[in-house]
Amino acid sequence: MKPLLLWSDLLIYVLVLMLCLFFLRLRSDPQTREHWRRVFSTRLGMVTFTLILVYVGIALLDSLHFRRALEPVAGTQSSERFYDNQVTSALDVMLGGMGERFERTYSSPFALISFAKENMKDENGALYRDFPQLEHAGRHLSAPAERWTDVLKKSITALIWGLLISAVLVGMQWAFLRRSSLPWYASWLTQTTVICLAVWLVLISPYYHVLGTDRGGADVAYQSIKGVRTAVLLGTLATLIMLPIAVTLGVMAGYFKGRVDDVVQYLYTTMSSIPGILLIAASVLLFQVYIDLHPDFFSTGMEKADARFIALCFILGVTSWSSLCRLIRGETLKISQLEFVQAAHAFGVSHSRIVTRHILPNVVHIILITFVLDFSSLVLAEAVLSYIGVGIDPAMGSWGNMINSARSELSREPVVWWTLSGAFFFMFVLVLAANLFADLVRDAFDPRTGSRVATA
Amino acid sequence: MLIYIIRRLFYAIPILLGVNLLTFTLFFVVNSPDDMAVSQLGAKYVTPEAIHSWKEKNGYDRPLFYNPDAAGSDALTETIFFSKSLRLFAFDFGRSESGRDITTDISTRMWPSLAVAVPSFVVGIWVNICVALLVVMFHATRLDRWIVFVFVAMMSISYLFYIIGGQYLVAKTWRLVPISGFHAQGQFWKFLILPVLVGVVAGIGAGARWYRTLFLEEANQDYVRTARAKGASEIRILFRHILPNALIPILTGIVVLIPSLFMGGLLIESFFGIPGLGSYMLDAIKSQDFAIVRSMVFIGSILYIIGLILTDISYTWADPRLRLD
Repeated sequence: MKPLLLWSDLLIYVLVLMLCLFFLRLRSDPQTREHWRRVFSTRLGMVTFTLILVYVGIALLDSLHFRRALEPVAGTQSSERFYDNQVTSALDVMLGGMGERFERTYSSPFALISFAKENMKDENGALYRDFPQLEHAGRHLSAPAERWTDVLKKSITALIWGLLISAVLVGMQWAFLRRSSLPWYASWLTQTTVICLAVWLVLISPYYHVLGTDRGGADVAYQSIKGVRTAVLLGTLATLIMLPIAVTLGVMAGYFKGRVDDVVQYLYTTMSSIPGILLIAASVLLFQVYIDLHPDFFSTGMEKADARFIALCFILGVTSWSSLCRLIRGETLKISQLEFVQAAHAFGVSHSRIVTRHILPNVVHIILITFVLDFSSLVLAEAVLSYIGVGIDPAMGSWGNMINSARSELSREPVVWWTLSGAFFFMFVLVLAANLFADLVRDAFDPRTGSRVATA
Repeated sequence: MLIYIIRRLFYAIPILLGVNLLTFTLFFVVNSPDDMAVSQLGAKYVTPEAIHSWKEKNGYDRPLFYNPDAAGSDALTETIFFSKSLRLFAFDFGRSESGRDITTDISTRMWPSLAVAVPSFVVGIWVNICVALLVVMFHATRLDRWIVFVFVAMMSISYLFYIIGGQYLVAKTWRLVPISGFHAQGQFWKFLILPVLVGVVAGIGAGARWYRTLFLEEANQDYVRTARAKGASEIRILFRHILPNALIPILTGIVVLIPSLFMGGLLIESFFGIPGLGSYMLDAIKSQDFAIVRSMVFIGSILYIIGLILTDISYTWADPRLRLD
């Protein structure tokens, strides 16, 4: 086994670390703590935040990559170890090789036979056409009729295991948090549901394809789970690339005014007047041309896909800073007129100190709200971009690529609905949780809505 | 007013120049004409002569910004920047990489785009306002919270699923309209119903939620309390007091979008096979035809700037207290 650190793996860990530090720092401020308290004192806040954490956890597990060592070929005498070209992640191991059970083509959820007829030979060698048995589904059954009782039996076992595991985990949390006034039980309920589902999936997938297989015979449930990392990483990385640009330019424009303001305003009007999708598409295409012309830079296909993915995040970040910049400029303009900034000026405090001590803490809520709001729109944008063909590299699993390859499946007869449903479900839960959480964060942090709630 | 508009149009010039410079840098400096020749010719046929003749044929054999070989003002005009980028200002889009005239393409493809985009826009706003008003009537009840939840859920569904689902349900299962296609004459409305319907339904979540916030902001104003104190009925307050006042932010928020309707919808047009500008752009992106992408970027930014100017004008029109000068 040889660990392999992709650039995006490094970035996601650095990113999560930075976010944790950022929140720890914010905790020292009593007002911010009060705002967070307001978010988490609702059941909705607890549930959505738990769900988001689950997705982030899956993404983190899926970012521990390594290359398996190949078995030495018998008969060759060589001390050198060879490594598989296929990159595996910790999540793949936890899912128990779910991604390695390929069928020939489509098969519906829990099916025992393939979706398409094939030419086969019977014992006497005569040709006939029928639905072939799947290679990795229901092989342990003695008769096809036992299927549903078998599924039920396995589900019950999985449920018991799931409940046991969650009882231990929730019990530990309960020991620490039972005195807390926050509605932790909502979070615990969500955790239990997620754990039961995960255990069920892991226990039953060696015997059946829970969400069927796609055209290439790959397990749909596995692909949907692999899409999580892409979505989470894209949603956070692109915003984090955009933040420094937007904040620096916005604060500078609002604080220094005059010539600086003119330049920044010119920059963001120019940026926002270009149709975003065209700019993104053009940049991605140009980068693709660059990759194609320099194929020797990357040793595995995964690294190539990874480079394109980081480029995409970068492009999305660089092209989308204008609206946040405008907001921050406006807010800085307002704050720098206030008495405490005037007083700081009168005391001879330096510009950099005024900006860091007096201006930045007062625009943090805008940054935070934008961060959470942009996350869901970026996840949705990924699907559209992948559909257009300028999104994630097809070698890297993503929901956009799944939808793209499955879009004509609903017009088949009989309908192939499971690929789209898999992508839809995982994407919908993440985006919905992020959207609902963003709403709560905005209500808690935005001073305008805060006062409105207070007066209403 | 007229002076203001003229001044704004003058301000637009440096912005358009900036847009041009940016796209030019992207297309010619990052991706040099040699790279372009290689990717267009295909790696198999790459010889120095082939690259040279391709560049000559497509007019990329000149220097980027400054031509030292030419005399006088030709030193600036005999360059790629002038011939490929600044020409756009005269609406001279030239030919696509496949040799078609871009101006003709755009003028014929504009109409199908408008035929889909305008009805979606108008019906969409009307539906959103109606839904939002309905929700405001139930404000601060349990029902209100559930409807807002439904809005957020509708926002969380990718646009692709609306299109795929709409095609599956309406066109395939119920067989009410054709799945895709477009016809300029006769029963062309048959082809438009589904794209418009999908566009409207997909927009309800975000749109109605936004309008609801605007209505509620107005509902907290003093004049509403006064009207209520004077005994006006809730219906009357809603339609005579809140609606006209909330229309101002709605109006100014959507005016900026109106010129962009020309550009059409990328996804809708490609899924429904409508030969508009949206699918034109998509095809250009997929076949890596940068001449078309460049022209569309330019048109898009002009339309956006027009939208900004129209927004300013609509402010004065909707709110007599404002004056532009």
